[in-house]
Amino acid sequence: MLAAFNDRQWLWLSAGFYFAGFLLGTWSLVRRGRPSGVLVYALIAVGYGLQLVGLGLRGKAVGGCPLGNTFELFQFTAWSAISLYLVIGVAFRSSVLGYFTASLAASLTFLSLAIPAWDSGRRLRLFGHNPWIELHAALALFSYGVFALLALTSLMLLLRHFSLKSKNLGGLFSFLPSMVDLDQIGLRLLSTGVVLLAASLAVGANYWLRDPASASIGKLIITVAVWLAASMALILRLRGRLLAKRFAWTGLLLFAAALLSLWPIDSSRQALTVPSAPATVPARP
Amino acid sequence: MSSPGFFLLGTTHQRAPLAVREKLALDDEASAGLQTELATIAGLRELTILNTCNRIEFYGVADTPDIIARLEAVYCARQCFSAEEFASFRLSLAGRDAIQHLFEVATGLDSQMLGETEIFGQVKAAYATAQTRQSTGPVLNRVFQKTFQAAKYVRTQTAITVGQVSIANVAVDLAHNIFGDLKATRILLLGAGDIGEKTAKAFQSRGAASLTVASRSFERAMELATAFGASAMPFDQREVRLAEFDVVVGSTAAPETVVSVEAVASALRKRPARPLFFIDLALPRDIEAGVADLENAFLYNLDDLAKIAESHRVARLAEVERARAMLTEKSAALWQQVSAQGAPQAPPLAAGKPAVSPA
Repeated sequence: MLAAFNDRQWLWLSAGFYFAGFLLGTWSLVRRGRPSGVLVYALIAVGYGLQLVGLGLRGKAVGGCPLGNTFELFQFTAWSAISLYLVIGVAFRSSVLGYFTASLAASLTFLSLAIPAWDSGRRLRLFGHNPWIELHAALALFSYGVFALLALTSLMLLLRHFSLKSKNLGGLFSFLPSMVDLDQIGLRLLSTGVVLLAASLAVGANYWLRDPASASIGKLIITVAVWLAASMALILRLRGRLLAKRFAWTGLLLFAAALLSLWPIDSSRQALTVPSAPATVPARP
Repeated sequence: MSSPGFFLLGTTHQRAPLAVREKLALDDEASAGLQTELATIAGLRELTILNTCNRIEFYGVADTPDIIARLEAVYCARQCFSAEEFASFRLSLAGRDAIQHLFEVATGLDSQMLGETEIFGQVKAAYATAQTRQSTGPVLNRVFQKTFQAAKYVRTQTAITVGQVSIANVAVDLAHNIFGDLKATRILLLGAGDIGEKTAKAFQSRGAASLTVASRSFERAMELATAFGASAMPFDQREVRLAEFDVVVGSTAAPETVVSVEAVASALRKRPARPLFFIDLALPRDIEAGVADLENAFLYNLDDLAKIAESHRVARLAEVERARAMLTEKSAALWQQVSAQGAPQAPPLAAGKPAVSPA
């Protein structure tokens, strides 16, 4: 039966596992008073595998990285964040991070699947035959995934700060990592995001200099603005000007900015191309 | 087949006051000596002595009940304690009740500080010592192994050990919430109050990187620093050098505050990436209340810590019945297994096994 699944069905299944992780985490918190670490991690890992199959099918059908419409951009961003979580989650040993990651992944994937208009059409041969442009887009999206995880650790830091200031340390708060640990992981995530986005911009700029008509000014400005904002936040943090709580708010704002920038970036690309036949890839159920 | 004579004899903090427990306590040497003496009692087949500041308990296997009376007599004589008086503090249980008691002890249900985990290690150590002395046999081996399993099970399945219930440990847990690992955390103890000392000790035992003592009397600071293996600092440098520390424990008897908001703000500017944690255990308070309003500074006073400790204690209390029910089920099952084994198989301690190992 699974062999007959198309890409969207695999992605629905994946979203279901992320959602199951969120439900299990919530149930565990409410009933047992603590998040379920290993089980949530396992559900996320299964969801990740299924998402990989779905995105792989889509990528095979379009002959490249599936980044051709808003649906694919959201899916890829969620996938990037989960990729990082699966590595960081083990090292960080925080069951709350798993719970939050499951919530974010379920939100992003369900939202993208629930709005059919986001996947009603896509550009074929989006990157032409140029693998460098594909790398540029993939790196940029992966950095957005890093910012997604940064947003989660930032949210956890704000909750930890609130719990310590309000002297309310029970319930969910008792499972949050320490302020300093969250601050450090946030700093590392921001550094990674800045480096990945810089690499993406460098690859893109190299191509753009040879063919200025290949990218709109609007897209350039927005992408560079996101990178500049992230770089500025990193410099201020390293110079001790952005303290833990403000740094956390900045992490949340950066992810919001990255997410919001997806629409103008996607629109600018569509404006430059000939409209393609809608949903040429697999048939949807 | 007859049931093995598994018994418990002893007294605990619930029956005997501190003054009595002091008289009944055994140090390692006395414990070994007693065991050698007890080995002469024919019919005493297995024995483990659990001796902590809150209890002295003998777990053993005896052929007949009068063996337990002889054990009691030998013990009281050795401690120069009246046997009649001991009877008024005595806890004597047998069979399943003794197993249930051991389960509850190892889980921390019978501890003065409900749910504390140190007792688990003490029970393990007592059993290990008994094994070294070759005074355990099939019954005690089975009972103690099952005790460790049961205690671990209850600790993971209930919230009986969740949260700290002493002021000092609550303060250390809070520091964990701020700094994570305490290996890089530097502690400054202001003053020489008793509770401040306890808190500083708790930080040291949990691996804090360093401890510095500053008291209004430098001699007293030196004295404390020597006792703790810490360093001393002149009291008037406390604000200037604040940025060097992560946790400040205020425990002076000063009539006014000794750490100002301005000093803390200045220290935070020097170390923006690391927060400052203030534990004010003094009355009147040592740290200006306005410190709590600074973004990267966290201030907890005695009331705050006591409130947290009390909430943990209440939460543990709420778990007692559930924990006890789990243990009751497990002790019944174990007693059934032990009874099914029949009469004790181990030879009497007096019959050839050395009470104390040659090592």
